[in-house]
Amino acid sequence: MTTERERRFVGPRRGQLIFALVFLTLSVLLLALIGEQTAWVKKTQLFAQPRFWPAISLGGMVLLGGLHVYALPWRRTSRYDLWEARLWGRSLEFAFWFMGYVLLVPLVGYLPVTLVFVPLLARRMGYRGGWMLGISLGFAVAVVVVFKAVLGVRIPGALLYDYLPAGLRSFFILYL
Amino acid sequence: MDLLLSAIDILMRWDVALALLAGSVGGVLIGAIPGVGPAVAIAILLPATFSMDPIVGLTVLLGIYGSSMYGGAIPAILINTPGTAVNALTTYDGYPMTARGEPRRALSLAYSASFFGGVFSVICLILFAPVLAKVAPMFGSREIFLAALLGLLLVVVAHRGQALIAGALACLGIFLNSVGMEPVKYTQRYTFGQDFLGSGVNLIVVVLGLFALSQAFVLLMDEDEKVHLNKLRGGMFQGLRELARHPRVTAVSASFGVLMGMIPGVGEFTAQFMSYTYAQKTSKRPQDFGHGSSEGLIAAETANNAVPAAAMVPLLALGIPGEALTAMMLSVFYVHNVVPGPALFQNDMDFVVALYLALLVLNVLVLVFLLFATRSLVQVVKIPNRFLGVCILTLSFVGVYSLRNSATDCLIAAGFGIFGFILKRLSLPAVPIILGMVLGGIMEVKLRAGMARVKEPLDFINRPISFILFIIIILVLASHLLRVWRDRKELKEAEWQTKTASTSFGQLMSRRKNSFLKDRGKEVRARHSKLLRRLRGLF
Repeated sequence: MTTERERRFVGPRRGQLIFALVFLTLSVLLLALIGEQTAWVKKTQLFAQPRFWPAISLGGMVLLGGLHVYALPWRRTSRYDLWEARLWGRSLEFAFWFMGYVLLVPLVGYLPVTLVFVPLLARRMGYRGGWMLGISLGFAVAVVVVFKAVLGVRIPGALLYDYLPAGLRSFFILYL
Repeated sequence: MDLLLSAIDILMRWDVALALLAGSVGGVLIGAIPGVGPAVAIAILLPATFSMDPIVGLTVLLGIYGSSMYGGAIPAILINTPGTAVNALTTYDGYPMTARGEPRRALSLAYSASFFGGVFSVICLILFAPVLAKVAPMFGSREIFLAALLGLLLVVVAHRGQALIAGALACLGIFLNSVGMEPVKYTQRYTFGQDFLGSGVNLIVVVLGLFALSQAFVLLMDEDEKVHLNKLRGGMFQGLRELARHPRVTAVSASFGVLMGMIPGVGEFTAQFMSYTYAQKTSKRPQDFGHGSSEGLIAAETANNAVPAAAMVPLLALGIPGEALTAMMLSVFYVHNVVPGPALFQNDMDFVVALYLALLVLNVLVLVFLLFATRSLVQVVKIPNRFLGVCILTLSFVGVYSLRNSATDCLIAAGFGIFGFILKRLSLPAVPIILGMVLGGIMEVKLRAGMARVKEPLDFINRPISFILFIIIILVLASHLLRVWRDRKELKEAEWQTKTASTSFGQLMSRRKNSFLKDRGKEVRARHSKLLRRLRGLF
């Protein structure tokens, strides 16, 4: 049965204990490394020490994170916690999609990669009709034109563009 | 008058006009799409604004910030889903009005109330600017340190029931800010010998990860929802007339918005809550609140739209952002070597007034746009969630990669994206991390400068403003501790009321029987009976 303490807890139960324990463990580990990762400078005031703010912040993380773990109404993980942790792991797939996109742009070019990436990811998400494919392609072109050609954001030309004819190459490097 | 003319002169440019138009229309569109929100849009557009003039870049971002709440009211009223988080209260009275066949009335009332809130706050702040210009120079290093500390404290205690973890996440933000080469003694802090950590963790990379990428992950792992839209009937201008019938609620709600907006870390939610409570308490028909009350809708929408202009006050006057969106805008100032703070008010007052005038024009543009384009605009709520996720993921690349063309930045952003996704799944706040990063940097610099001129710790608060700020910090802490103590007391009482163990004699006996049947119980009983036999043997 749900206790009063559990009922008053803000947010869902699943995953809270795992998150709190991992957060606390990492905080303690980082605090343990403070002597190695920061310096103590002689003849310098305490507030001006390079170690002062890391100590304050990591101390706060350990203290408040510890109190948060103590105040949690659960002491054991349930199967729902593990399901939740698995779901967090599933989000890695999209992080890999993103990193794949990032790594391919400097090689193949912003426009070609975007033209492939958006429809492919849309297809992966279940949009397989011709209408959504058209929208995906339109969106990909619009993003490249607006950001690179109109707003001029800094995205360098790709290695592949070097193989284009001279006139076309500079156009592609500058605008696509 | 000269000040006003020079401010108008700053705004009289085609690129500023274009920025105003793009910001206002873009903001309304972004606000109207549930699941995107101004934080995602500002995070993505931030690097694109770095190549613009400060006034142009800030106008675009301010436009999105100021107009997204107008757009957010559309799905809140029509499909009971707030477009932005601050439109949640709008659903209470907006959706019931739609359900009883008055969607146009609700929309026009929301637009009119938002317009009044926005214009009221800008006018208040233009009138208030000379006073601010006099007060701002009184803020030295110590005062700015204490104001930043107060802002951080308010953000933490505002998360009721989650203050401990919000505090821990704010500390994480301060820690992230301290990573890298320390600028005074030139020592490395938590770089683990890695070159890419030498320059520290970039705020925009973290912002994009925590807000944009995490939102993309949430949408990509979500299911698409079927949206049913009601037909819009009735005139769009009736809201303006209806608003005029509730001058008291409108004025008080706008004032709450201005006041709460100026306090760092408080923002829209508190302003809305106070306005709504006030409107309900003073209404002749309090029973209508939550069932389609026009006063409730006015209170919620007026208060939240009065906040953006007011939230610029601590940012411009002291350089202290009160929430995540203004924290992102701070980076635009830094990129252009415009340092917000007392000096900005003294030297570039026309720039400050120009920003406020831009907000004023923006409110007019948005109202005109919405009055005529709502019918077409409502279609954006039909965009499927997962496709939105694809769009945000694609746009996030522009935001992160265009900063330094670094794949490492993208990797860090992806890491923070997963962290933000976990925080969203657990309903934990990400804003304290961003404010910790921004305010942590300010606090480090100002404390070092402030303590250099102080002989004893008490000298730190020997000036009037620093003393007042210190007292406010103590009061905030004391009131928070008091609230925690009361909550704990209430919990104990509730636990006692629901506890049956000590009050039910039958259960007590049953537990006693169970105890006797267990091995341990048998051992204890055997020991007791042995002692009893010895005792009897004595007599």
